[in-house]
Amino acid sequence: MTGRNTAAEADPLLRAEDVSARYGHVQALQPTSLVVAEGEIVTVLGPNGAGKSTLLRALTRLVAGRGRIYFRGEDVSGLPTHKLARRGIVMVQEGRGLFPQMSVRENLVIGGYLQPGEVDAQMKAVFELFPRLRERLDQTAGSLSGGEQQMLAIGRALMAKPQLLMLDEPSLGLAPRVAGEILSTLGELNRRGIGILLVEQKAPLALKLAQRVYVISLGRIVAELKTDEIASYHDLARYYLH
Amino acid sequence: MIPWRTLLPIAAAIVLTGIGLLSGSYAVTVLGFAFIYTIFCTGLNFFMGYTGQASFGQSAFAAIGGYGSAILCADYGWGPLPALIVTMVISGIAALLVGYPTLRLRGHYLAMATFALGLIVYEISIEWTSLTQGYMGYSGVPPLSLLGYELGTVEQQLVALLVLALFGIFISNRLRQSRFGRALAAIAGSEAAARALGIDIARCKLIAFVIAALYASAAGSLFAHFVGFISPEVFGVTMVVQSFAMLYLGGIGTTWGPMIGAIIVSILPEALRGLQEMQDIAYTAILIFILIFAPRGLAGLSSLFARGKSRKLEEA
Repeated sequence: MTGRNTAAEADPLLRAEDVSARYGHVQALQPTSLVVAEGEIVTVLGPNGAGKSTLLRALTRLVAGRGRIYFRGEDVSGLPTHKLARRGIVMVQEGRGLFPQMSVRENLVIGGYLQPGEVDAQMKAVFELFPRLRERLDQTAGSLSGGEQQMLAIGRALMAKPQLLMLDEPSLGLAPRVAGEILSTLGELNRRGIGILLVEQKAPLALKLAQRVYVISLGRIVAELKTDEIASYHDLARYYLH
Repeated sequence: MIPWRTLLPIAAAIVLTGIGLLSGSYAVTVLGFAFIYTIFCTGLNFFMGYTGQASFGQSAFAAIGGYGSAILCADYGWGPLPALIVTMVISGIAALLVGYPTLRLRGHYLAMATFALGLIVYEISIEWTSLTQGYMGYSGVPPLSLLGYELGTVEQQLVALLVLALFGIFISNRLRQSRFGRALAAIAGSEAAARALGIDIARCKLIAFVIAALYASAAGSLFAHFVGFISPEVFGVTMVVQSFAMLYLGGIGTTWGPMIGAIIVSILPEALRGLQEMQDIAYTAILIFILIFAPRGLAGLSSLFARGKSRKLEEA
């Protein structure tokens, strides 16, 4: 089911309406709505087990879910994950989802599956962002450091030329300095016109980057805030304790 | 320049064929079976090794190929080559029809479903006697002929089988290095990650399954022409077990693993025949020994050597 909204130019990049998901009998995500505008970085914050990852997985149809999803006004609710990727919605999964036995080059080439004629150009663009990957080109992904693996995971997603990049805990397991570097690269990507929906536990880092924040707790969004509305991190604590 | 890793197995296969041709018709027959199994296992490797899926039912497609070629050639006077191609098409269509619902399953469920497929076709080959002649088997299958020239001797057929086996490996390797092959590697690595990168995993798995079925069908047809006779036992559980042993021993997911495994598993029992009642024990012990010391299969040893060599170079 696809159809264009009549006010297409006013449509946000992503609009999710009452998206929910369950694992068996467990309702992991209550009906949830969110919006990512063009050129925006939106962060979803919340404690462990709040449903952040499930939200991203439901939005990319990696888990079966309910609700409507609109991408630039087009209803993409019924599309499977690979077709969403073809529309420009690409996700970097928690744990990076790399192919550890394959080299950095092979991982990147597979990332360019949707753009077979532009692999070299895209790879060059990835190396401009992450020069370290060029040095590790023939090394297996599994032998990279955590930070380099995250660079590769983001680089591989960029090979698909995303318009909306969803990232699930990109700072997980990284030293603060490395996590800061990775997140500042996301800022750079955003300046290049890629919308970003970021799930993070490290609120201080994420709040530096995002324009808007959704706070999720017990599988439902409990607050939507602009980052400049948050006077201090203590403001967020009450939502975490919700 | 062709790398040594490609040249060496080709040269070894040619030398082995030469030795077989000089050793008499029994050795030729054993090697012929090894090359037929090479083709079968190359297809199986495509689905299991490159795509990371499980199939215990490829013998079904070998049976379609074998019986199809036997019936078309013996009863309807078709030439072996057209019969082989037509049965491959039939097997491909059957794989599409069966694979579409079956490949939605994963892991053990997929393995069980494909195993059931093999059993069903095996039962049909026994029970549908008006078509297959049941346990009596189907005889009078003409030898292979290529471009109007009949390969009347087993020696000629052996050379043809070697060429076909190498051709099968070449095609499989080219497919593996293609965009489609990279998609299969991604699916084998992580289905979720592959999906997130835009790969239609259901379609890719189905195509891989069909390709494996085409190889199995060709192997079944070639078997019928090489032996001149087929019966249900050929395509039973033994074929499944044997092909798995070949694949894992040779090296699943490697280019040359199917051929190495097929040759060793075919020749080893013959080489141990002198041990008489100890033959099976010695054969099994050697297989276990190989799998302990080469868990990635014998073809996997070459990459270990290459890695060791590059590590030494790095240290220097």
